[in-house]
This record gives sequence, C-alpha cells and structure tokens, in this order.
Amino acid sequence: MAQTYRTMLVDPMVDNNPITLQVLGICSALAVTSSLKVALVMALAVTLVTAFSSMFISVLRSQIPSSIRIIVQMIIIASLVIVVDQVLKAYAYEISKTLSVFVGLIITNCIVMGRAEAFAMKNPPIASFVDGVGNGMGYGLILMLVGFIRELFGSGSLFGITILPTVNNGGWYVPNGLLLLPPSAFFVIGLLIWGFRSWKPEQVEDREYRIQTVEAH
Amino acid sequence: MPDKDINASQGDAVKGGLLRRFLDTPPDNTVKTLVIAIGLCLLASMVVSAAAVSLRPLQQQNAALDKQVNILEVAGVYEPGMDVAAAFDKFEPHVLELSTGTFTDQFDPAEFDDRAAASDPELSHALDSDPASIGRQADFVTVYLLRDADGALDKVILPIYGYGLWSTLYGFIAVEEDGNTIYGLQFYEHAETPGLGAEVDNPRWKALWNGKQLRTEDGAGELAITVAKAPPPEGRDYFVDALSGATLTSRGVNNLVKFWMSERGFEPFLERVRAGEI
Repeated sequence: MAQTYRTMLVDPMVDNNPITLQVLGICSALAVTSSLKVALVMALAVTLVTAFSSMFISVLRSQIPSSIRIIVQMIIIASLVIVVDQVLKAYAYEISKTLSVFVGLIITNCIVMGRAEAFAMKNPPIASFVDGVGNGMGYGLILMLVGFIRELFGSGSLFGITILPTVNNGGWYVPNGLLLLPPSAFFVIGLLIWGFRSWKPEQVEDREYRIQTVEAH
Repeated sequence: MPDKDINASQGDAVKGGLLRRFLDTPPDNTVKTLVIAIGLCLLASMVVSAAAVSLRPLQQQNAALDKQVNILEVAGVYEPGMDVAAAFDKFEPHVLELSTGTFTDQFDPAEFDDRAAASDPELSHALDSDPASIGRQADFVTVYLLRDADGALDKVILPIYGYGLWSTLYGFIAVEEDGNTIYGLQFYEHAETPGLGAEVDNPRWKALWNGKQLRTEDGAGELAITVAKAPPPEGRDYFVDALSGATLTSRGVNNLVKFWMSERGFEPFLERVRAGEI
C-alpha cells in the first residue's frame, strides 16, 4: 500500500484538506460555525459518519452492483446519519436543538460521498475507516478554526464562555454582527484557503486558461 | 470497481453452498442487484428503527424536561441544578377551553398534546384573520397555575406561539394574579437568526417584559401591550422595546402576543382571573 495509515490520517488536515483544497462540504461549514460548541459536535458527527460509512461500503465493495452503487452508498450513509441524529436527540438535546436540520444534511455532505466513491470503493475496510476519520477531522479542523473566529468576534465568547464582554451585556466589546451570519463564513473560509495556499504553494490549482501573446504586425 | 472473478467455475460454486454462489455471482447480475438492494434496505431500516425506538423514551423525556424548565424559568423559579420535576409538581396543569375561559375535565392535562390538538380538525378551527400566522387554532390548550403557600393564585403560565421571520416561535407568558401584569415571557423553540431575531432569548430583552401591563385601566380597558421601536413616554407600561436589527421577528412577537391576549386567545380566561374566580 502506497499510503500508510498515518498519512491517511494526517494528509487531510492540511495537504489534502476536504474544505480548503477540495472545497467540499462548504454549505454545512457556513451553517454550523457561529459557535464553537456546535461546530465541535458537527465535526464529531461528520467524522463518525464518514468513518463508518466508508468502512461499511468498503466491506461491501466487491458485492455492490455498479448500476446502483450510489444508491447503496446513500442508504448506508443515510442510515448512519439518522442514527447519529437520534443519539444526539437522546443524549445532547440542547445541541441537537441548535444543529436542528444540519445533522440530517450530513447525508448530502459531499465529503462523505466523496470518500465513499473515491476511496472506500477501492480500498480495504480498515484503511477506509482511517481515511474517513482523517477526512472528518480535516473538515472538523476548518470548522473549529472558522467557529473560533466567528464566535470570538461575533459573540465575544468561546465555547459559550465570555472572553470579550459585549456591550449588550454591559461590557465594552461591540460584537461584529456580520460574523454571526452565514456569509461571514465565506469570507473566513476564503481567507483560510488563501492562507493555506500561500503556505503551501503546491496547492494552487493550475489556471484553466493561458494568456497567449499574439505577435503584433 | 475491482473486477470480480466472473469465471468462477460452476462446480466450485456449488461446493461452497448458496451463499458462496451468491457472492461469486458478478455484481451486475440483475437478480443479485435486486437481492442486494432489497436486503440492504431491509437491514438499514431495521438499524434505523431500532435506534429510533430504543432512544425514543429518552428523547421524549428530554423534550418534556426542556418544556418544564421553560415553564419554571418564565415563572421565575428556575435555578440551575435544581430538581426540575419536584419544582414542576408545584404547578397545576389544566386544560382550558379558550372560548369560555373555563377549565375542562374532558382531557387529562398530563396526556393532552397542545400541538396535536392544533392540527386535529375535531379540536381546532381555521382562522380567517390570522395575525400570528398559525393557520389553525386549537379550541383547548394546557395552562399552568402557580399558587402561593396559602393556596391563593400567584401566576398563570399561558402557552403562546406564532410566526416570526423564519420560524414559528413557541413560548410561554407568565401573568400575575391580577390577570393584567406580565411577569415574564420566554420562547423555548424557534429558529430565528442568531444574533438578531434569536436575541428574543437574551435575558436582558426578556427582562423588559417584567411588569408590563396587558390592558389599560388595570385590565378593564383596551389591549395595549405592544412591541415597538420607539415607545412613547406615556406608554411605558405597555411598550416593550423592539429588538434592534430584527424588525420582522419583533413584529411577529408583537402580533402573536396581541393575538393570544385578545378575545380570541386568553382574554375570556384572564377576565375570570381578574375577577378572582380562579
């Protein structure tokens, strides 16, 4: 095997991050990053779903008929997501109230499908599991970074603990309301991608066009 | 996809039994496709229903506890870490018939489901004019009474709901024993914009409701309670400052409070509270 388990786990953090390099899973990254606690739970949920769905799909990979392979993957992913949603409602009611519809939307998260299709269909179960964990954590890392910036400057707190006392509660910090709204995650993720690609220039994609110089007559 | 060993000889397959033969069939075989599709669906549905059924008691407990905590909070008796069930036992639940303002024995308050009643054609009616945007209004709702040590009425906790900007806000309003003074207002379920409309949960905003009057002339006059941007100085007792940056949520709260406190809502009941009949 060309990849070791370690690289499978570490690669998706920076070198092959699902959000900043592959630009997948953006919609949920916009929705659930206004507070760190919610972002953490979402990251854990996605990691679990990606890891176990990749593993199960990999176990079945030689038996899955190619004509219905996407449907089979979806059934496995959807079942896992429903189970995660039910567990959250039972054991973390407050957070599941905040996450509401976004847990269900893990089903449509491109990272989960992407790993199933790109990795789990070609690799053995344990490797697929590790790959799923790695990608889930890569997604989680960006979620936490975005959540950190948005919660700190948008609500003046981290994990709900006040860091910068806001004017609304009698402090001095005037929170930036934009950071609580989904579009701000676009800016933060955009800046993160810029940062990652300046740090690792090999991540910069080739241009899709080339400027041709035409000789003047 | 990795290629299966399509040319497995039939003799070997028979030797390995039915399962072996099935596993060795090429995945694109029609029968196999059907078997896998149906089998997987059955298996997945079993896993999902097992999770749903086994976790349901815990989930219902959580939802009920959450509602109880909100009732305690709106009545001002909640402290973090307290025994919620014991504190909640002090509240008297009653099923109220809205049109007459009287309690009914038709339903068991512990079993009565307000939300199910609101969509049950037998127990609800469609609204022609619908300021709170709720579509149908139930004829019966569950209210909670809190009495003081002598058994005299202290507060009534009334359920209210209506549409804000993105979502239906579900909450409670606590009214004092005079049937006119608001003690508190709180929403326990909504999906308004975090930081703007969701500031309905901000303790500082909720505190604004404390002591406001529903009607003028100590309850005998017009319904006056309003959520507005610029309260006039003479109307301080009836005006709650709107949330800045959340015009539509504030408007929704204004409409739903007005609707539920009107003759079509709890007014017949509040009239009896004011008369000291409860």
